[in-house]
Amino acid sequence: MRHWRFHPLMMILPVIAAALAGRLLPTWTLSLATVAASNALVALGIVILARTGNVSFGQGLFFAAGGYGVALVANAWGVTDAAAQMLIGAACGGLLGLLVGPLIARYSGIFFGMLTLALSMVFYGALVKSSALGGSDGFNVGRPTLFGIVFIDPREADFMLYAVSVVTIGVAGIAAAILFRSEFGLVSLAVRENNLRVEYLGLSANRIIVANFAIAAAFAGASGAFALMAQRHIDPQFAYWTTSGEFVFIAVLAGYQSVMAVYVASLALELVRSFSNLYLPNTWQLVLGLFLLGVILFLPRGIGSLWAGRARRRGAPAIAEPVADRGGAP
Amino acid sequence: MIPVLSARKLNKQFGAVIAAEELSLDISAGQKVSLIGANGAGKTTFVNMATGYLKPDSGAIMLDGTDIGRRSPRQVARLGISRSFQIPQLFIDLTAVENLAVAIAGARSEALSPYAPAEAGGRREQAIGLLDRFGLAGQADRPISALAGGVRKLIDIAMALARRPKLLLLDEPTSGVSAEEKFATMDRVIHAVAPDAATIVFVEHDMDIVSRYADRVVAFYSGRIIADGEPTAVLRDPDVRRYVTGGLR
Repeated sequence: MRHWRFHPLMMILPVIAAALAGRLLPTWTLSLATVAASNALVALGIVILARTGNVSFGQGLFFAAGGYGVALVANAWGVTDAAAQMLIGAACGGLLGLLVGPLIARYSGIFFGMLTLALSMVFYGALVKSSALGGSDGFNVGRPTLFGIVFIDPREADFMLYAVSVVTIGVAGIAAAILFRSEFGLVSLAVRENNLRVEYLGLSANRIIVANFAIAAAFAGASGAFALMAQRHIDPQFAYWTTSGEFVFIAVLAGYQSVMAVYVASLALELVRSFSNLYLPNTWQLVLGLFLLGVILFLPRGIGSLWAGRARRRGAPAIAEPVADRGGAP
Repeated sequence: MIPVLSARKLNKQFGAVIAAEELSLDISAGQKVSLIGANGAGKTTFVNMATGYLKPDSGAIMLDGTDIGRRSPRQVARLGISRSFQIPQLFIDLTAVENLAVAIAGARSEALSPYAPAEAGGRREQAIGLLDRFGLAGQADRPISALAGGVRKLIDIAMALARRPKLLLLDEPTSGVSAEEKFATMDRVIHAVAPDAATIVFVEHDMDIVSRYADRVVAFYSGRIIADGEPTAVLRDPDVRRYVTGGLR
């Protein structure tokens, strides 16, 4: 839209600044921020998919596919580079998304959600039963490197992972912002509102859903790679429904109006979880529940509506008038 | 001359209800054809079969010599048939110009761009141009949810026009429009469609509209065509008066 003054690519500088700022942060915040960034990546995928009107309750499937894919490649061929692992994870998730997408794109609403959940639980079941992959215990992988550098100091290793994850979520966020305002992004919104009319206009609603689904799956796969790098261990829990539920939780908190909101929501969730876990070890889930309830009550369109919704409302009258003038001229 | 649309012995049944029985109809280029008939006579079923939404039980339906009877609405749209709806089928949360931008995206043969802004590359101007044909350029940036029913109806038709169809099917273009506005609405539609010289088929219940805008009228009753020809002749036909217009009451 023409009233948007800034281009998403301008966010590259703040992203690099945020990555470098990790140098100044205390060590405990680095791993927290890494987990938040990694979770935000999956939630961003859910937000992208939600723009077509579909919610996946089974992103754990692609999260685990990315994690296991990276772990297997790392152990078989010794690929330890963090950037390469992230790309391998994205490829594993994305390819699986392209396989699964066409099968479920015909369904919508709750059926779509339940199918994704069911598929992720089938995968979970298969992982638990497969002794070659360590069954329910999973298996370990080696320490990640970056561009040939080995990080022995734990703080350095934490910083490296933080920087790679922040740059990845930053680039993913910029890509998502560009996607949202593109023609493809507009048609995705149209699919959510009236997929039959989209077909009558000569466009395939299914293909648009599959494309968005594959993007979401690739994001989840890359996130699985980060979770693996952070824990240096993988087990079937990656595919479990509570893992998927947490990603949906972040997406609901964020709303779908702003890309930035996804990261804010993910960070807020991690902070609430860390602190309530620390001070209220037995009731931290209650605190989490109250937090979500508060957001739903007071910000029904998510945290992003704090700034994104207002910008749109403010922008609307300013552009309506010149257009009205043009329309009135003979 | 090959007709634009040609239906041959179409049959369609929903349980015991016969919606189309041995229906044959040719529509030539440039005609303005009105389909009339009581509720349940089979007009909308015919429109739905001609746009790929319903598959006929038997028979053939051809667009410029290509069989479209087994194709999906998307394929039929790409072959050149557009339609508007009795109840406008719009994207309510999007603005008028965004609705048109989706239609324009569908009309192009290239893949959707994942990075070029939706209204860049002259697409916004093209969308406003289409709205302007209906006198709606001033509403371009308002969301559909803020627009009146009559305006939505026109935007629905503007979206159907975006691909410059060979055949434009309008399902009750003036239903839901007040009696005072219906002629103005129809004038706008005919005026807006004129530059593309499309063949128009419209379903209509209002006989004033039919006799003023159609140059051919096809009357349906119980899945069959009971009269077909000049408006004055068809509207005077005793069967049409008995089953469609209710003139004998």
